[in-house]
Amino acid sequence: MHTSPLVLAKDLCFGYGERRILDGVSFEVPRGKVTALMGASGGGKTTVLRLISGQYRAQSGQLLFDGQDVGALAQPALYLARRRMGMLFQFGALFTDLSVFDNVAFPLREHTDLGEELIRDVVLMKLQAVGLRGARDLMPSEVSGGMARRVALARAMALDPELIMYDEPFAGLDPISLGTAARLIRQLNDSLGLTSIIVSHDLEETFRIADQVIILANGRIAAQGTPDQVRQSADPLVHQFVTAAPDGPVRFHHPGPDVASDFGISAPRQPRGRA
Amino acid sequence: MSWYRAADWGWWTRRKLADLGHASRLMVRLVGMLGVSLRRWRLVVDQVHFLGNHSLAIIAVSGLFVGFVLGLQGYYTLQRYGSSSALGLLVALSLVRELGPVVSALLFAGRAGTSLTAEIGLMKAGEQLSAMDLMAVDPVQRILAPRFWAGVLAMPVLAAVFSAVGIMGAWVVGVVMIGVDAGSFWGQMQSGVDVWKDVGNGVLKSLVFGITVTFVALYQGHEAQPTPEGVSRATTQTVVVASLAVLGLDFVLTALMFSL
Repeated sequence: MHTSPLVLAKDLCFGYGERRILDGVSFEVPRGKVTALMGASGGGKTTVLRLISGQYRAQSGQLLFDGQDVGALAQPALYLARRRMGMLFQFGALFTDLSVFDNVAFPLREHTDLGEELIRDVVLMKLQAVGLRGARDLMPSEVSGGMARRVALARAMALDPELIMYDEPFAGLDPISLGTAARLIRQLNDSLGLTSIIVSHDLEETFRIADQVIILANGRIAAQGTPDQVRQSADPLVHQFVTAAPDGPVRFHHPGPDVASDFGISAPRQPRGRA
Repeated sequence: MSWYRAADWGWWTRRKLADLGHASRLMVRLVGMLGVSLRRWRLVVDQVHFLGNHSLAIIAVSGLFVGFVLGLQGYYTLQRYGSSSALGLLVALSLVRELGPVVSALLFAGRAGTSLTAEIGLMKAGEQLSAMDLMAVDPVQRILAPRFWAGVLAMPVLAAVFSAVGIMGAWVVGVVMIGVDAGSFWGQMQSGVDVWKDVGNGVLKSLVFGITVTFVALYQGHEAQPTPEGVSRATTQTVVVASLAVLGLDFVLTALMFSL
């Protein structure tokens, strides 16, 4: 059994133009665990997922997936690595012209020589795991947002990947769907021996299912550890994040000119003293 | 962009050169994927049905009306010189060499090109192309290449349908309604239209237009901003760029064909 981490980031730097998103980020994702990437919006969480999957290349530093430097892989090798990963997009990204069944069968038909009988069995097993075996004939337009994400999860699991990445899996879900999704992520991780990375803003659900939490802020890692360790963090930024305080190191107001100059208000005059 | 600032011109030129580079690379990839597309023939056939069959009605109806008009205009012009018997030849040459390939390409850009751009653009906006790429399935190979080759194949067939229906329309107006002699209508056409020089040139033109229109539509969809406004702009661009490219290329090809 491997003891080395499945994903290892070493001193990652990445930015868009002048804007630095990640500035020397290092972390590891242990095998078989659920790791949560959290932080304020625009903090680079989704960028990290895209770096792991090789959609983006780091400007400096290394991102190793099972010992392979993802950024240095040519397309054929990158595609081989991606067959060992699954990704769940925020809104599912289901193929709208294919039924639920065909969506889940898609990677199997593209990457294997399995016959249709066997594909049917595998697809129904995957749909059973997410509780949607009965929805196999529906089209993506006929399922709810929560169901679409579960279909996408079944599709992401179709090739039995080692790593599954979830980009905002709880966004916009009602409390029942949210609880179901969180339970499902944990159950599938444990029963199938997967490694999971979750990017989420939902503190309660994420802390409940994660083994490890990494908080990104200002391009760096602000805190890292078990959910309890992160909750106890003395860092003011982490404290603001876990207590959901509106103001703190992350300001409520976006930087801009002061209110008085924007509204054309002159400074209040000093009251004159009586003669 | 300010036209009087050199820096803006530099920025604009660099951007256009980068676009040209992207487009050229995509074109080379699509052409290189002919073998893969042939191996997965079913995907191309589905797209030929989607692009070709669904464009048949508009192509046939337009061809019929163009044929009606050609029949009328041709008859009244030829009559002045006492050569109304050459109506069939005039109509056939106009349709096979020019109007068939050009008008069907313009209609194809409006009917199938816009639908291709919107489909690819919306797939991009819905992260479907990214999802496919992350499943280790190349979207260019799986989505774009079958559509490209289907468009290239469908275009000459549609142009042929346009010309055939147009000739029938001219026959209805010229022979059935006006009374031009049917024997001279068909006979002059048969003796005056050369299979290689006339029909061949028309087929060659429609192949070039098929490549152009389908590529423009796919490129615009692939490069569209993944927003409703971006997809809408890309769809408009498809019609504008593809139509101008068809008309420009038609002049170049016609000049080349007459000079050879």
